Amino acid sequence: MSVYLLCFILFSLGIYCILRKRNIIKIIVGVIIAEYAVNLFFVLVAYRYEGRSPIYSPDQQIVNMVDALPQAVVLTAIVIGLATTALLVALAIRIYEKYGTFDITKIRELQG
Amino acid sequence: MSEVYILLIFMIMGAIIAIEVKDLLSSVVAVGAVGLALSMTFLILKAPDVAITQLVVELLALIILIRATLKRDLPFSTSGRWYLNTIITFAFIAVFIVVGILSFRDLPEFGYPMMRVASTYLKEGLQQTGATNLVASVILDYRAFDTLGEATILFTAVIGVLAVVRRVGRKKVDEEIDDEE
Amino acid sequence: MSKEHDQGMSVIVKTITRLTVGLIMLYGIYILSHGHVSPGGGFAGGVIIALSFVHLMLAYGKDVALQKLPKGATSFFESMGAIIFLGIALLGFTGGYFFLNFIGKGEPFHLFSAGIIPLANIAISLKVGAGLFAIFVALVLLKYDTDDQEKTK
Repeated sequence: MSVYLLCFILFSLGIYCILRKRNIIKIIVGVIIAEYAVNLFFVLVAYRYEGRSPIYSPDQQIVNMVDALPQAVVLTAIVIGLATTALLVALAIRIYEKYGTFDITKIRELQG
Repeated sequence: MSEVYILLIFMIMGAIIAIEVKDLLSSVVAVGAVGLALSMTFLILKAPDVAITQLVVELLALIILIRATLKRDLPFSTSGRWYLNTIITFAFIAVFIVVGILSFRDLPEFGYPMMRVASTYLKEGLQQTGATNLVASVILDYRAFDTLGEATILFTAVIGVLAVVRRVGRKKVDEEIDDEE
Repeated sequence: MSKEHDQGMSVIVKTITRLTVGLIMLYGIYILSHGHVSPGGGFAGGVIIALSFVHLMLAYGKDVALQKLPKGATSFFESMGAIIFLGIALLGFTGGYFFLNFIGKGEPFHLFSAGIIPLANIAISLKVGAGLFAIFVALVLLKYDTDDQEKTK
């Protein structure tokens, strides 16, 4: 059970970084860390004691495999996370062009 | 399973370094180290498909992040109301962790998953689809709708980035100002 | 020689890139085409193929890379990937329902087996690879425009 607790601590570190930092690039780093923690949690739930990876091999008989369904879900989720990160970085570059700073408190002050 | 514990503690230390360092390039490199340890954890947990995909995708995310933020870090300082904000944030995260620990009792124990749907996929996968990689048979034969949705999401992300980056509106504003002068 | 050297990186990086870019793309095609037999699949293969083009652009500058894969070809490949994937799905209607695996199963562990899975892998890899390369090209060109504006100011 303590494995789940460590994974949860990693997720809450990412949330802390999103909430408390002022630089947009640090917020993006927090989003990336939170995504890593969620993907890790899925694969942790799927692990089976003394299991093998869900791929057949031509010369061995395999009887116990780990769970294959969360691994398929995580495979898609990793690529979606990359698309989200790329969109965030594009927005950050645009904000830097318009306001000249990465600090989110100064963006509120310069109106228009 | 002591290797998983060691790698998880390494990831937590790397995440703390990535969050607290003032230099932007160092924090991006620390995120890269966390992603590499995550890929090794996936390999130890017997998921080779996911490990390969995580490694190359994290590489591309690091390249995009570094390319966009080079030569642009600015120093900044924290202003007032710092104590109240930090205390509220820590209280929120403490409540989050306590509720999470209480809900872990409903999860099955680590290493004994309940596979209601997946046991059918594992037993009859080779015979029904003919593919020996069962994860590929799940994402492209049993659950192909999810892959179609993911292709749509990637398409939308590409359109979104190209729409944010465009410069059509700006030139027209400049031209109008020159004409008025 | 001066035109080659004002963009991109130093001579050592350019020589090594010339030797390894082809091998990276070959490795990506290998992981993609054996997706139903060994670990890998369409997503990882597509991203590795996109990484080979990104490597070319980082080492040589944007002009050489855009000459190898121009922007029109990138958007064509991405749309083709999506249309081929949808076409394979709709062809399942000939057998009964959407996304039916209508080609024969074949024997396991061979390259031509498992029905529509290898074809769907190729379509997904085209879409993912071309899409990620398009995102990278858009961000790099935006940064070049920003740097030019800062220099002229």
